[in-house]
Amino acid sequence: MAKSRQVLPGFGLSLGYTVVYLSILVLIPFSGLLLKTFAGGWEHFFKTITEPRVVASYYVSFGISLVAALINGVFGVIAAWVLARYEFPGRKVLDAIVDLPFALPTAVAGIALTTIYAKNGTIGSLLEPSGIKVAYTQLGILVALTFIGLPFVVRTVQPVIQDLSADVEEAAATLGANRWQTFRRVIFPALLPSILTGITLAYGRAVGEFGSVVFISGNLPFKTEITPLLIITKLEQYDYTGAAALGFIMLVASFAILLICNGLQAWDSRRKGVA
Amino acid sequence: MAGAVTTFPAGTVAPPRATAESPLIKRLLVGVLLVFFGLFLVLPLLVVFHEAFAKGVQVFLKTFQDRATAHAVQLTLLTAAIVVPLNAIFGLFAAWAVTRFTFRGRSLLISLIDLPLWVSPVIGGLIYVLIFGRQGWLGPLFFPSQETLDSNFLARFLYDHDIKVIFAEPGIILATIFVTFPFVARGLIPLMQAQGHKEEEAAMTLGANGWQIFSRVTLPKIKWGLIYGLILCNARAMGEFGAVSVVSGHIRNKTNTMPLHIEILYNEYQFAAAFAVASVLSVLALLTLIIKTYAEWQTERQVREAAGTGG
Repeated sequence: MAKSRQVLPGFGLSLGYTVVYLSILVLIPFSGLLLKTFAGGWEHFFKTITEPRVVASYYVSFGISLVAALINGVFGVIAAWVLARYEFPGRKVLDAIVDLPFALPTAVAGIALTTIYAKNGTIGSLLEPSGIKVAYTQLGILVALTFIGLPFVVRTVQPVIQDLSADVEEAAATLGANRWQTFRRVIFPALLPSILTGITLAYGRAVGEFGSVVFISGNLPFKTEITPLLIITKLEQYDYTGAAALGFIMLVASFAILLICNGLQAWDSRRKGVA
Repeated sequence: MAGAVTTFPAGTVAPPRATAESPLIKRLLVGVLLVFFGLFLVLPLLVVFHEAFAKGVQVFLKTFQDRATAHAVQLTLLTAAIVVPLNAIFGLFAAWAVTRFTFRGRSLLISLIDLPLWVSPVIGGLIYVLIFGRQGWLGPLFFPSQETLDSNFLARFLYDHDIKVIFAEPGIILATIFVTFPFVARGLIPLMQAQGHKEEEAAMTLGANGWQIFSRVTLPKIKWGLIYGLILCNARAMGEFGAVSVVSGHIRNKTNTMPLHIEILYNEYQFAAAFAVASVLSVLALLTLIIKTYAEWQTERQVREAAGTGG
């Protein structure tokens, strides 16, 4: 904090500009959200967030997001392993395409996935005879949320696999471990913090996702209605305090997910410190 | 990664090695990856282009002659043209402040810069509706009653000049700025942290001023990190749906961006037109991935060089 440590110029200007910009865009609007949330009093707030239709949307948003994040946990680790360890034609293209869900607008993903999984779609028509409906059901939401969370586990686990030193695996091998034992006892524990971090990030993204879900979900109250959609419904009815209350709940949830993420990272660096 | 090379006489079966998977497992895992990526990444892209041209090139081209579509393209380009430079300037200032100085609240500031990445985009629209919307804190100014119009000079001025934020272009720009402001800063902070600032300090002892240090020393070093951030910021600015959807009001020829226009066309069962617009945004996404991948390689090279020279 000592003045003498700020050698380079521009401290006041750059920090001042950053703080002003963030205040206008984030701090003031979020204070507005907080004030609006409790503008109708505690009772109104509590009543809004416990309406049966709202509670049903929590199950859809938070429950299906969890399943999607776990699916990404399994396939993301496999993808990260294959991309980091194996050499095969097309690997670099596959590696680059992992980030497609970041780059592709969510509305585009939404209509594409809906078309694929609708009754007459590429996959929808294959599932139709066996009576499995994906589009306009909770299964459709699961597909969209899996798509949107796909990059997170791959991108957090992949660098850890690349940095894994071959020494420990060779040591395990010389001690007589077979490949499965080496993976289960040596590699997997080393990857675990990054896997959990990736799953948490995918979960956080899925909980707030809107664009890709609204097309494929059908938005039936109590069945396929997500919480972010209810915020918009309340705004359209000019129920601003109701919308703010749901926004507040989503914000608290995101904050909790962020804390878990930071906790996982702290655990990881502590473990590395011990090793 | 594999250890020593071992050769076995022909006819004998190599024992399973414990430092690599058996070829069968390998093939299985690659197969799982191909199926997973094929289903979730490649198929959606193929469907977009297939549906866009399903009714022929004529229909595809006609989509963009439609007035509402042309307006949506214009509004999307305008939004990106305003948002990307603003967030680039912010990103450069924020990265400079965070990586060149130590101060109290520094990690809090970094978390604040990340905030839009972990909250729902719908909240990015909601917060501005709560301020500028009809029932919002400043609602009486932007949606005035006759009484306010007569008594309040500012409300009169805004009304006479038809200035609105919600259900108008400023709201779209504001919401887009919110969801995209982390990208340039996030592209720069890890890179500038890894590179350190010895060279900048050397330039300063040689008498360079702040602008000279930035433009001649720092900017060449961070070029690829900056491009990485700009390209991701641009992709999200052009493709944002949730936040913009909340503030836009979906007024055709006025507040419809390309993603919102896709929704309208799709809900009107004009699938070929919806996918035609979607295919343009998909090409943008693919270009973004290519430039992003290239920028990542260049950044890694720069970080390696910085580490090599001990800078």
